[in-house]
Amino acid sequence: MSMTIKINGESREVNADDDTPLLWVIRDELNLTGTKFGCGVASCGACTVHINGQPQRSCVTPISAVGDSEVTTIDVIDTPQAKAVQAAWQELDVVQCGYCQSGQIMSAIGLLSSNAKPNDEEIDSYMAGNACRCATYQRIRAAIHRASDLLEA
Amino acid sequence: MDVSNTASTMNRRKFLKGTAVLGGSMVVGFNATGLLAAAADGTTATSSGFNPFVKIAADGIVTVVCKHFEMGQGTTTGLTTLVAEELDVAWDQVDVEFAPSHENYVNLAFGGQGTGGSTAIANSFMQYRQAGAAARDMLVRAAAAEWKVEAKEVALKDGMLTGSGKKASIGDFIEQAAKLEPLAEPPLKDAANFTLIGKNKLPRKDSVAKTTGKAMFAMDVKVPNMVYATILTSPRFGGVLKSFDIGDAAKVNGFVDAKALPNKAGVAVYAESTWASIKARRAITAEWDNAAADARGTAEMVSEYNEKLDADPVYDATGKGDLAETEATAKAAVKSVSADFHFPLLAHAPMEPVNCVIEPTEEGGIRVHDGCQFPMITHPTLAAITEIPPEKVEIVTYYAGGSFGRRANGNSDYHVQAVMAFLALGGKKAVKLVWTREDDLAGGYYRPMFAQRAHIGIGDDGKISAWGHRSVAQSIFKGGPMESMAVHNGVDHFSVEGIVDTPYQIPMSIGLTDYESPMPVLWWRSVGHSQSGYTMEVLMDMAAEAAGADPVEFRLAHLDESDDNQARFAGVLKLAAEKAGWDGKSAKGRGRGVAVHKSFGTYVAQVMDVSVNDKGAISIDKVTCAVDCGIAVNPDVVRAQMEGAIGYGLGAVMRNEITMKDGVVEQGNFPQYQPLRITDMPVVDVHIVPSDLAPSGVGEPGLPPAGPALANAIYAATGKRITKLPMANNGITFA
Ligand code: FES
Ligand code: FES
Repeated sequence: MSMTIKINGESREVNADDDTPLLWVIRDELNLTGTKFGCGVASCGACTVHINGQPQRSCVTPISAVGDSEVTTIDVIDTPQAKAVQAAWQELDVVQCGYCQSGQIMSAIGLLSSNAKPNDEEIDSYMAGNACRCATYQRIRAAIHRASDLLEA
Repeated sequence: MDVSNTASTMNRRKFLKGTAVLGGSMVVGFNATGLLAAAADGTTATSSGFNPFVKIAADGIVTVVCKHFEMGQGTTTGLTTLVAEELDVAWDQVDVEFAPSHENYVNLAFGGQGTGGSTAIANSFMQYRQAGAAARDMLVRAAAAEWKVEAKEVALKDGMLTGSGKKASIGDFIEQAAKLEPLAEPPLKDAANFTLIGKNKLPRKDSVAKTTGKAMFAMDVKVPNMVYATILTSPRFGGVLKSFDIGDAAKVNGFVDAKALPNKAGVAVYAESTWASIKARRAITAEWDNAAADARGTAEMVSEYNEKLDADPVYDATGKGDLAETEATAKAAVKSVSADFHFPLLAHAPMEPVNCVIEPTEEGGIRVHDGCQFPMITHPTLAAITEIPPEKVEIVTYYAGGSFGRRANGNSDYHVQAVMAFLALGGKKAVKLVWTREDDLAGGYYRPMFAQRAHIGIGDDGKISAWGHRSVAQSIFKGGPMESMAVHNGVDHFSVEGIVDTPYQIPMSIGLTDYESPMPVLWWRSVGHSQSGYTMEVLMDMAAEAAGADPVEFRLAHLDESDDNQARFAGVLKLAAEKAGWDGKSAKGRGRGVAVHKSFGTYVAQVMDVSVNDKGAISIDKVTCAVDCGIAVNPDVVRAQMEGAIGYGLGAVMRNEITMKDGVVEQGNFPQYQPLRITDMPVVDVHIVPSDLAPSGVGEPGLPPAGPALANAIYAATGKRITKLPMANNGITFA
């Protein structure tokens, strides 16, 4: 069925069954491919987007549940936290294969938006749902600290 | 600058159609015999029988054509570094694109185009430097001719040519330079003059694209007139499709069709979106002929492995016929160690499940969009199945979301599945094959199960006097395209690597027996070393304990440092011990373990620190890692690969296994095959041994020591010796 969702600052008409995960609408229908599919069961975080500013797993968010909410994806996000996180990620060369990193970054932005100066434990517990098979975790931790410093400066 | 897949795809299409590249560019490359050649643009390049490795455009932008794919290991940065070093251009002036599938892009270590075995930098080290140096020399000569000075009076630095008071960008001289003959052996820099190679921190070429969602993976490809397909396959390996019933699949919005694959390996479910295909597949039921299928369970497999351990080994991997004698000597020693080891099946579970797009081309061929690891296998395999001439098969390579060996497959398994789905639909519509995580975990091509048994005797001098060893493994290479390279006298080298070729000086005899199964197995990050490193280094710890010696001292006592190989092995061990402040002691509630292993020509030692909480759960606190990989082309990439391989290896030994019940895989998705999480990740401190030796690989060698260093640390902390993996099955919990 046809409905309108608010995504990346625009209203977009989409055609999908109610139970279709937001992830597949974003990727296959809207061609926004920065958001990734890794598991489909909320177990890896590759599909993380922001819904009203909160990180959510788009693979288990049915399109019918999106309603009026504002969806933001990695493709356009440019809040101060986003800029700091991306700059820190680039400065420390966090990425390896890169496939999990859209989700890691969307979660890290969420963390810094709610906690400007997280310690290692807070980082670990917030980021535990974002899997990285390349195990870039040490750099993710360091980059979140770095982004926090960049935001403070 | 980032890899721009769109740009490279467009260039390639123009190239194949013979259209000149706009603005002209100078290209330098190699042909099949390895000669350097140069041309003014891509069009003449093909006619002179070589492929570009370096392209220089009029705006001075240098594009390095990467013959290896990028799965995160850093090749796009590494190969670019080699060219930029010799060409003397600025780092941000260099771009990179993936090579098409072509024999001129051969991996010099394999004899075909492909990536694996930690060979990308090692086999490219001279070739990409030569390409850069040849271009440099031609540009300098062209400028010298124009400025009417001797070539030696022209300098090239940061992409600018200077001489006789003049200054110009390299882009200004591409036309004249391309008319010159490249030197057969262009002069290369001395290592002392390197400005980029070995530089501590050169930004990765793929960082920006991969942090902004712009990097293109095959999963992100959409071409016109494309349908999405998932495949319903037999739950048992070797099952053959008898019939299927589409049930309510047609009621799924976006469902297109369902067809049996021509090879009876499954049912392709076509739809207008990935989700519709996934949903429709759930509605379809199929009947399978299981006559040739494997119906064994894991417990049964383990007991079959044990029977094979007990029986006389079929193959003699050390070739001296003295296994029984060696075992008897070992058992008779006053101090001795005996142990059995078991290693489970492991899935690679790359973050991006395998997938690819196959589309028909206007020329009657096919174009494959893939994070393609083995074009040398995929290209001819797809040509043969489709009966399309190989020159009409095109492979476009994208970033791969990890591989760990999974995308390198001697049977090109997922490409074959995709092309079967493409053909079943008539071959006129583009088909995108997508695997879900469930497909990935149940899809086979696992790291084989291994069993090892050792009897070790300690002599009066406190050193190992006899080591009798039995291995049981399902061979990875037998029956595959690289069998002749790997199998000698019945022994698949990869079943005993890391043991048979250990640098330790040990009187050893090794027997091997193969395990047979229709379940396909595959190399998994570090191949045989993924378990032989564990076996060897836990045994060395047990032997050290039996001998009453310090684990580091005991290992060093079995190495003769007048031999270069053994000296490098001892070197990393000493460096890791020194950096970790090794004193052979573990404080209460803490444990330290050490391990050292050589694989793919690279030496890695690790000291692991763990602590135990009041509930007995283990925290992995810190890994001190020393690596000797010859010249570290990009030290930060070397560090990243050590961090990554340690994490990947730790996650597997802690809790990963693929198990079977009645031949059906029991792990559905990540909740049953938990990846290492950030909460598990220790601090990793990497130390690189300075070296002027040729570089060896780093993608895999960080993994083998991680598991045994952890096991030895857990033993030091708790007294529990873990010889059957994963650790979680031994009552070990992790905090
Ligand atoms: S794809 Fe959504 S959490 Fe894995
Ligand atoms: S960078 Fe490869 S999965 Fe995270």
